[in-house]
Amino acid sequence: MKRFLGFVKKEFYHIFRDYRTLLILFGMPVVQILVFGFAITTEIKDANIAFLDLSKDNVTEEISNKIISSGYFILQQNLESVEQIEKEFKKGTIKEVIIFEPEFARKLEKEHKANIQIIADASDPNLANMLINYTTSIIKNYQKEFKKYSDDLPFIESEVKMIYNPELKSVFMFVPGLMAVILLLISALMTSVSITREKEFGTMEVLLVSPLNPFQIIIGKVIPYILIAFIDAGIILYLARFVFEMPFEGSLILLILQCVLYVITALSLGIFISSLTNNQQIAMMLSLAALMLPTVLLSGYIFPVENMPLLLQLLSNFIPARWFIIIVKSIMLKNSDFSYIWEETLILLGMCAVFILVSVKRFKIRLE
Amino acid sequence: MNNIIEVENLTKKFGKFTAVDSISFEVKEGEIFGFIGANGAGKTTAIKMLCGLLTPTSGKATVASYNVYNQSEKIKKNIGYMSQKFSLYEDLTVKENISFYAGIYGLSFSEIKNKTRHLISLLGIENEKNKLLKSLPLGWKQKLAFLISIIHTPKIVFLDEPTGGVDPITRRQFWDLIYNAANNGITIFVTTHYMDEAEYCNRVSILANGKISALDKPEELKKKYKCSNMYEVFVKLYQDRNL
Amino acid sequence: MRTIIFILRKEFLQILRNKAMIPIIIFLPLVQLLILAHAVTYEIKNINFAVIDLDKTKYSRELISKFSQNKYFTLKDNFDNVELAFDGFKKNEFKLIINIPNNFEKDYLISGKTKLQLLINAEDMSAAGIIYNYTSNIIQQFNGEILIENPKISDFTQEPIIEVTFSNWFNPELNYKTYMVPGILVILVSLIGIFLTSMNITREKELGTIEQINVTPIKKYQFIFGKLFPFWIIGIVELAFGMTAGIIIFNIPLLGNPLLIFLIAAIYLVVVLSIGLFISTITHTQQQAMFIAWFFMMLFVLLGGVFTPVEYMPQWAKVIAFFNPIAHFTRVIRMIMLKGSGFEDVAQTIYILIIYGVVTSTLSVWLYRKRG
Repeated sequence: MKRFLGFVKKEFYHIFRDYRTLLILFGMPVVQILVFGFAITTEIKDANIAFLDLSKDNVTEEISNKIISSGYFILQQNLESVEQIEKEFKKGTIKEVIIFEPEFARKLEKEHKANIQIIADASDPNLANMLINYTTSIIKNYQKEFKKYSDDLPFIESEVKMIYNPELKSVFMFVPGLMAVILLLISALMTSVSITREKEFGTMEVLLVSPLNPFQIIIGKVIPYILIAFIDAGIILYLARFVFEMPFEGSLILLILQCVLYVITALSLGIFISSLTNNQQIAMMLSLAALMLPTVLLSGYIFPVENMPLLLQLLSNFIPARWFIIIVKSIMLKNSDFSYIWEETLILLGMCAVFILVSVKRFKIRLE
Repeated sequence: MNNIIEVENLTKKFGKFTAVDSISFEVKEGEIFGFIGANGAGKTTAIKMLCGLLTPTSGKATVASYNVYNQSEKIKKNIGYMSQKFSLYEDLTVKENISFYAGIYGLSFSEIKNKTRHLISLLGIENEKNKLLKSLPLGWKQKLAFLISIIHTPKIVFLDEPTGGVDPITRRQFWDLIYNAANNGITIFVTTHYMDEAEYCNRVSILANGKISALDKPEELKKKYKCSNMYEVFVKLYQDRNL
Repeated sequence: MRTIIFILRKEFLQILRNKAMIPIIIFLPLVQLLILAHAVTYEIKNINFAVIDLDKTKYSRELISKFSQNKYFTLKDNFDNVELAFDGFKKNEFKLIINIPNNFEKDYLISGKTKLQLLINAEDMSAAGIIYNYTSNIIQQFNGEILIENPKISDFTQEPIIEVTFSNWFNPELNYKTYMVPGILVILVSLIGIFLTSMNITREKELGTIEQINVTPIKKYQFIFGKLFPFWIIGIVELAFGMTAGIIIFNIPLLGNPLLIFLIAAIYLVVVLSIGLFISTITHTQQQAMFIAWFFMMLFVLLGGVFTPVEYMPQWAKVIAFFNPIAHFTRVIRMIMLKGSGFEDVAQTIYILIIYGVVTSTLSVWLYRKRG
């Protein structure tokens, strides 16, 4: 036992003396959360637009002012002709042009109908869609105020409640994914590289010849990373909770247990990869390509899985992070107790068991 | 004979730790000069300062009459170097390693061709010349590394523990190559912790804790300390240090 | 100059012999394109929803069927109260609950105004916004339809209406892949510049071969050029490869001049290669290099408008984007490919990138020391 602790101590020294990596390991989640939280929002601000006012009357002026004062847009220029539009789009100076047809106010008064055409630069389709929506709803609002009759037009009012995330904060969606990615990075990537590095430098052989048995060596190597992983998870949750006011409805204990389950799964994956090669570079590449990349892309971290083509959705099922993210969201946002997440937990448990078995088997073979 | 290396109170500190503590010595042109000492005595640090790989903290040193502080690039044109790690490229072939370093040192294409042929026949590795370096046994790699380090016929060659980890026969062959080079006028500056290799040098200086504790011809040192071999001299000095 | 040729020869030999390199060069672009382009989409194909109909009248049923007949919506379940419906939220069975109260139809016919409640699962906040958009569009349509049916309201046809039409230029089908693929190409090229370069140089540091180089009369710039040039070539090749694949597989338009793209790429690569070099000067091991490279890449990509447009960011983030080379390249590659922008349109960006290139490369070369 004493030998084992001595070994663990050495591993800690290795890691905690590597200031650069530590800085990244602890700094990265902080920076990511802050970036996601503050920089990436769902509301458009200051999009560059232009007007092409072929009428230039008081109504068009009122509408234009209403649009500009909304805060979503910034007026870059007032165009004079349709030919200018393409040129400005190509220059990238504006994203949307709002065209008022000639004699707008008169047509509205006499013919009860006037046209506004919105031309959007759809090279960014998401943005174009949103800009059109925003512009249209501002115009519609204006129309309501422009009523001739004292009675309101009949309408159906929808009261909308955004459940689990009333202010539509992006952090709520990213935090579970971020936890999954960081835990994977530390438990799988770093472990696999650390074990392979020992093999590459030849010191692994020295360890194997020592009185420590292989399991003790692996566990000893892995313990500091588990600690770092949990510290990171803690930092992420703390920031989410106290800086971004993400709710924590559910049971902390349940969350911690699920984290442990996920971390063990990730660890076994890392150990498995380290058993495949003696070369650090290859271990790194494998971990990146086979673990990190699919997790970042397909687990639902940034891009929702249900929008993906069927094949990718299928692949996503094999990624542990996918299930972990669902579990974390359920616990944190929806206050789900175990009865709601038992299926996902079971899947994760299954994966964990399989990976542990496989890596243990492989490791034994490798050593002999 | 001229001094090709002159060192005066050369010191290197890393923070509070003094690796090399005010050493002074000269190396004459054409001699085989040895730096011996235990690991951590400061040999590698000293050599790196002379090669322009480390900047000294204080003191003076000139190599081939160039100042190590601000003329290190001129020094590099006139020296060869072989480190403990051998530093040839494992993923290049023998021929590719030779032509790379020869080219870096400015040899013409025809000179490179000749040298390559010469080296390969000298080492007797005709069959291995197109094999990747990592497939060669350690001893051959070492000898090749040495020959490559003097491929541009430098005035001095610095060897930092060049014979680590090989069998005695290979070590003997290695020293044959060194003698050969010395006979051709190249000054040899070699560090080692093999005491028998100290006997092969013209003069030897013993380094301990960053300071020079002795400097003379091996025979003189043995006479002075009444020992029959350099190992005993070293042990004696070491024991005296600790008293 | 001869020296550079020798260095280049060694570098190319080593890169080509590196077993890891070939799969990276060939598979990476393909994988990125195929998976990323398909995975990254904010289009919603299907919205599962549930209904609480406490009214059970003609209007409420018509409204519900308008949803269930819509190809984007799938009716999953019917509930009698909100608590039961919420259970489905927790189980992720649907994302939307339409809660139609008692007197829905009555209120409308009598007072001309009525209410309903939309409960949207906002875990995924961008999806929530889109769901709200689709849903309110349908409700608006329904509103318009019953308006016409209702005789009392024909008076309101006198009401002036502002007709809003719209048109999407350059990407009329709002194909998200058209937007994504150029961004993915930029990521590809940046990966090579930052990751591969920094790891390559750090690897030599780790092995000790860099010491042997430092002791020769090789000049700094010769060594650095020898290290960076092969990756510059690889970067350009990858871009060509990726662009061709993108156009063939995804039908991405290429309205502008491809040579212009390559000109910009040539300059851009200098910037990212210098960043890779910079990383190698501050790290000792490949592992560190990899982490720091990952960190930089992630920041640049997230804040660079590759996945989310810069318009969604607060002012301070937009300022940061100005200093982000990925943001610049992504923007202009989209402009050139999708809109056919020409040299004058992107000239300013080119100048900015040139300045960045000069600054970063000078800085990194200066930081690189042959001597400790």
